[in-house]
Amino acid sequence: MRTRLDWLLTSADIPYLTSDESLSDAVLVEQVRQLGQYELGFSQVFKLDRRLRKITDPARYAGVLTPLRLAVLGASTLDHLLPALRAVGARHGFLIDCYLAEYGQYLREIADPTSGLHAFAPEVVLIALDTTHFVGEQISDAPDAALDVTMDRLRSAWRTVIEQFGAQVIQQTALPRMLPLMGSNEHALPGSPARMATALNARLRSAATDEGIDLLAIDDAVAIDGLDAWHDPVLWLKGKQEVSPAAAQHYAELALRLVSARRGRSAKCLVLDLDNTLWGGVIGDDGVNGIVLGQGSAEGEAYLSLQRYALDLMKRGVLLAVCSKNDEAVAREAFERHPDMILRLEHITSFVANWDDKPTNLSRIADEIGIGLDSLVFVDDNPFERNLVRRALPMVRVPELPDDAALYARTLARAGYFEALALTEEDRERTALYAANAAREKTRTGGLDITSYLESLQMVLEWKRFDAAGQQRIVQLVNKTNQFNLTTRRYSDAEIAALIADPHLLALQFRLRDTFGDNGVIAIVIGRLTPGGEVDLETWLMSCRVLGRGVEAACLAVIAAEAKRMGAAALFGRYLPTDRNDMVREHYPRLGFVQIDVATDGETHWRFDLDRPIPDALNIRVVDIQGTSA
Amino acid sequence: MQHDEIVEELTGIFRDIFDEDDLVLRDDMTAADVARWTSLSHINLILAVEDAFDVKIGSGDIEKLTNVQALISLIERKTAR
Repeated sequence: MRTRLDWLLTSADIPYLTSDESLSDAVLVEQVRQLGQYELGFSQVFKLDRRLRKITDPARYAGVLTPLRLAVLGASTLDHLLPALRAVGARHGFLIDCYLAEYGQYLREIADPTSGLHAFAPEVVLIALDTTHFVGEQISDAPDAALDVTMDRLRSAWRTVIEQFGAQVIQQTALPRMLPLMGSNEHALPGSPARMATALNARLRSAATDEGIDLLAIDDAVAIDGLDAWHDPVLWLKGKQEVSPAAAQHYAELALRLVSARRGRSAKCLVLDLDNTLWGGVIGDDGVNGIVLGQGSAEGEAYLSLQRYALDLMKRGVLLAVCSKNDEAVAREAFERHPDMILRLEHITSFVANWDDKPTNLSRIADEIGIGLDSLVFVDDNPFERNLVRRALPMVRVPELPDDAALYARTLARAGYFEALALTEEDRERTALYAANAAREKTRTGGLDITSYLESLQMVLEWKRFDAAGQQRIVQLVNKTNQFNLTTRRYSDAEIAALIADPHLLALQFRLRDTFGDNGVIAIVIGRLTPGGEVDLETWLMSCRVLGRGVEAACLAVIAAEAKRMGAAALFGRYLPTDRNDMVREHYPRLGFVQIDVATDGETHWRFDLDRPIPDALNIRVVDIQGTSA
Repeated sequence: MQHDEIVEELTGIFRDIFDEDDLVLRDDMTAADVARWTSLSHINLILAVEDAFDVKIGSGDIEKLTNVQALISLIERKTAR
């Protein structure tokens, strides 16, 4: 059994693992940056470790791998943890040189100035003592006296390490693997090894802060993953491996979080998407009263759990930001007016809601707050956005999310991005401090080249006329889409049925597929040929989910070809402004339509001459699927 | 899974676990032929195989896998199911 770091991606071909040193420094650095996004398979740990140990010129990795001397001390077999410590170290931005003290010699090594440990001059000392060493294997006659002795020995070891090396001390807690002799009421037998391990862990916790050391709490990890994921009695008895090799990567991950936290490298800001992340549904279409949140449904409660967790993180010093594709006023409305919202505007240090791509907006957020991109954690339910950010900004931490929103908070907690060692007054004040920074003038304009990303999506736009199979979805889309909707014209079931039956109309449905799968029907266009030889587009709407991908231009190419086939010389477009559809104000001019006039109610009219060339639909293959079922 | 695919994947695992770039598998190869194939690294080998081929190897079988041929046969059997 292997514990899973399921907030990370997995791949058989992690770029750095399959490349070689002949690549340019810039490429290698880029590949190492991406390592942080991947969980390693069991043998990938060894592959990466071998690669790292062969690095002859660490200067090539300046900026992404900081050299670090880590000593591991213990009283049982620990060799099997070293490859994972070095490999996971690289995932956290460290090039680790490991020193393993001789089996059971840790006290002597610490005390003796001529020891190998002293020569090594560690920057971090990980003390990984097994539970047998801590509390013995059989009932103790004088348990509290024995624990006193153990604690005294540890204190003196910690103090010497800090004094002699100025090193960070990481003390592993006792793995709770001793068999119970009593049962649930184990505490009633003070000398039982299981009770003593529990008692020792409590003592470690009360000593840690005073002594300035950091605990690696594998007892807490076991409580989450189960003992079998962390310990195999056969391997302990045969080879004195207490932490099983299968758990080595997770162990190293926990250790490296502590190393990173000591060096100020933990994340500082949680950036949240809104629609289907903080609440269910799309606020621009469903309205503030239509989103799923809070009392009354299991799904609504699920979204609240992430809000609750985010708010508590904020209270202990983590900044919150919003990054959403929405009209800002619409997005803010939920925070101001929805009765079940736990998060409120005053909790959000930087609030960015617009239609720019998310990497551009994340850069804006980092600038506004005045922190690095590597301090951001970005939580978004949409795999398209997650992968775009990973590709454009590999330093931003982006967790994979489970399908069920009820598990978002748990995944975020398990990912440990915000590992912290001690709570300071500063932590609590930081939120206020950064809020002031963000209030400064918002600068910076976007402009991220996402062409290569779009290429990699292998988008296919399938289209056909309205048909009975698609009727239900068409009715749903025309009646609920508010944002990307040029005229917001609603149609009844019967009206759509009439459109299906009339072959002389332009009535098109578009479906988008990409490497993430089928996005379903994402665009609807309805037009009628006028006596003047124009196709009057009375409806053009799209799902906001596929915005910023060039789908509009691809649709236009289909519309133009169909209009020509109907004998039209031009397209006639209308924009009817509402309080929801400001995002498409520039829709027609962006596609090359020419403005004709403005009506008194603000409606604008546009014309596209069909003799003109159609803008290229880049990176999208357009397929006519007329005659196939939806 | 085909025999050749298994050998290719297994070669990569042997090279990574036993830290030998040029290692070439032979059916009759045993721990005596590979410098770092010890009782402890044998556990790593088994875990890597379980992970890479998505199979579970019972603790009773682990000790019997003393040569490459035995390992390949076991993988063939388990992945055929």
